[in-house]
Amino acid sequence: MKSTNFIDNLPRVYGIYTGGFIGFIIIMAIAEQMGMSAKAIGIAFVAFTVFIYALIGWLSRTAQADAYYVAGRQVPTVFNGMATAADWMSGASFVAMAGGIYFKGYGYMALLVGWTGGYVLVASLLAPYLRKFGCYTVPDFIGTRYGGNLARFSAVVVLTVASFTYVTAQINATGTIASVALDIPFQYAVYIGLISILLCSMLGGMRGVTWTQVAQYIVLIIAYLLPVFWISNKMGAGFFPHFMLADEVARIGELESQFGFVKNSAADLATVPKGLAGITKAHSAVNATPWAFISLALAMMMGTASLPHVMMRYFTTPSVKAARKSVGWSLFFIFLLYSSAPMLATLSKLSLIDPNLSTGIIGKSIAEVQAIDWYQNWNAANLMFVSDFNGNGTVELNEFFMGGKAVVLATPEIAGLPYVISGLVAAGGMAAAMSTADGLILAIANAISHDVYYKIIDPKAETAKRLVVARVLLVVIGFAGATIAAMEIQGILGSVIWAFDFAMSGLFFPLVLGVWWKRANRQGAIAGMLGGLAAGTWYLVWVRTGGSGFLGITQLTFGIFGSAVSLVAMVVVSLMTQEPDKATQKMVDEVRVPSGKTILGKQ
Amino acid sequence: MSNQEKHWEKSRGLLMITLAIWFVFSIGIFLFGAEMNEVTGPFGYPWTYWFTCQGSLGAFVILIFWFANRQEKIDEEFGFSEREDE
Repeated sequence: MKSTNFIDNLPRVYGIYTGGFIGFIIIMAIAEQMGMSAKAIGIAFVAFTVFIYALIGWLSRTAQADAYYVAGRQVPTVFNGMATAADWMSGASFVAMAGGIYFKGYGYMALLVGWTGGYVLVASLLAPYLRKFGCYTVPDFIGTRYGGNLARFSAVVVLTVASFTYVTAQINATGTIASVALDIPFQYAVYIGLISILLCSMLGGMRGVTWTQVAQYIVLIIAYLLPVFWISNKMGAGFFPHFMLADEVARIGELESQFGFVKNSAADLATVPKGLAGITKAHSAVNATPWAFISLALAMMMGTASLPHVMMRYFTTPSVKAARKSVGWSLFFIFLLYSSAPMLATLSKLSLIDPNLSTGIIGKSIAEVQAIDWYQNWNAANLMFVSDFNGNGTVELNEFFMGGKAVVLATPEIAGLPYVISGLVAAGGMAAAMSTADGLILAIANAISHDVYYKIIDPKAETAKRLVVARVLLVVIGFAGATIAAMEIQGILGSVIWAFDFAMSGLFFPLVLGVWWKRANRQGAIAGMLGGLAAGTWYLVWVRTGGSGFLGITQLTFGIFGSAVSLVAMVVVSLMTQEPDKATQKMVDEVRVPSGKTILGKQ
Repeated sequence: MSNQEKHWEKSRGLLMITLAIWFVFSIGIFLFGAEMNEVTGPFGYPWTYWFTCQGSLGAFVILIFWFANRQEKIDEEFGFSEREDE
């Protein structure tokens, strides 16, 4: 995996890989027909894919700093797009997103808009300029643009807070999937997940992560799209669901008004297992105020442009031009999955609630539903529940409860697809969670090893020593994340959203103004980073401990307050102190021009 | 005004147009979400619902590629584009 020859051969290599994976799915399908057990199929899917990733990680091993930190800056645009898409789409996107849409409808779909619109900001405000800068990490840019160890260190602090919040959720998700697929307790499964993650990144750093992420994208997109198309065709809803589900969406609206949203009493709800929810919100009707929708979308967009594990993917392209195009490809590959999530939610909901369909359970008798095979399986897994609150003997809309994960994990089974598809979905979820965890752990370890150890503590350290430090940190951070994940403190989705808010509070304006405002100086940037992070954190704690909040900013959008404080602090402090020296101003001028050497390449 | 200043002015102009289009698809239309959802849109979906599922997302993809091409043209115009020797 070293020569440029390998780069030229990429389409062929991944073409063969994709063919091999499809072959594997077919073999599993045949094995299922011949009587292979569901459990064995699940184990085979997860073990086979993780083995492939580990193999790629081993083949990508390297002893060069350039390869370890930025994959040698030779990743072609389209492949970098796939790697970024895998890096981006976490276990939450894969497992929880369709479920969120299923339960909350329009208000939740602000996340779809936010998690895609942010890439416009990445492409136009930041990625090409940071690529021209030629840095290894995001704090590397802050440290060189503003100068001084304190600015660099502040950036490392914000990066670590945001990425660490995010990574525990991802390790948690790998653990959940490994524990279900391999049938082992969660506390051990978390560490199996962690070892799989480290196998991809430890030997090859960014290079290993890049090529495994491309492989993981291929697995996760097949695993997401195949069931959606299959279910849609099986239900007769249309062979291309994205263009053909209007009738189904309208039918759900009809059923909603027919059943009505009956509110359950608190006493009844107390009998429902924790984490399960019923359908209480309209599917396609607008059910959130404009500001609730827009503030959530805005927070996610600005957070996207501030998250270091995404930004550093664009440091690996061969040129500035390629970095811009690569953002477009990233979003295209993300779009394929995100635009399918609402379709899956629609198909899943309709197949469950429509009494005219054989799979529908609303209106059936409680005993009949409790006798269904898949109901028993998912009820045993604590992801489904029915209860006859009004005592009329039949299941009503408000008497059926499901876990958010079940929409993706259980719908294939509900719709009557063979088990091989469920195994495939488990492998896809594992790929999504692993690829994001890899990117995040690497972002933290690289920032600490490059910016704190090499740039601040020991600038004379040799490459070999630097890479040893980087790898030790990788393992330490991974284990710290896994240990916290094993404690199961908070849900997957909540902590993901917090990570975006932390990142935007501390990094959005210091990054953007670093390129777009020459007058921004060191004091201003430090005030912006630390002030923003502190303000955002304070607001979160305040709201969590019973504070009322203001302007409709909730604990999910606290980054809007944090980044506003960051902007004001940065502008005021910059204007009150001396303008940056001539050399810095000249550096900013050079960053704005694509041609010529990178800034750091010159020093 | 130097060549470089002109290049930056044009790049900034492109950024403003890009951000304006971005604003329409990410924020603008959702100010009128409830009103717009009454109307039937592409493929028979309600308008706002379609935008949140597909429309805005697709618009962002197209917008980024459009922006990248325009910026490349600006770079070429002022002789700042990168040489293809990689």
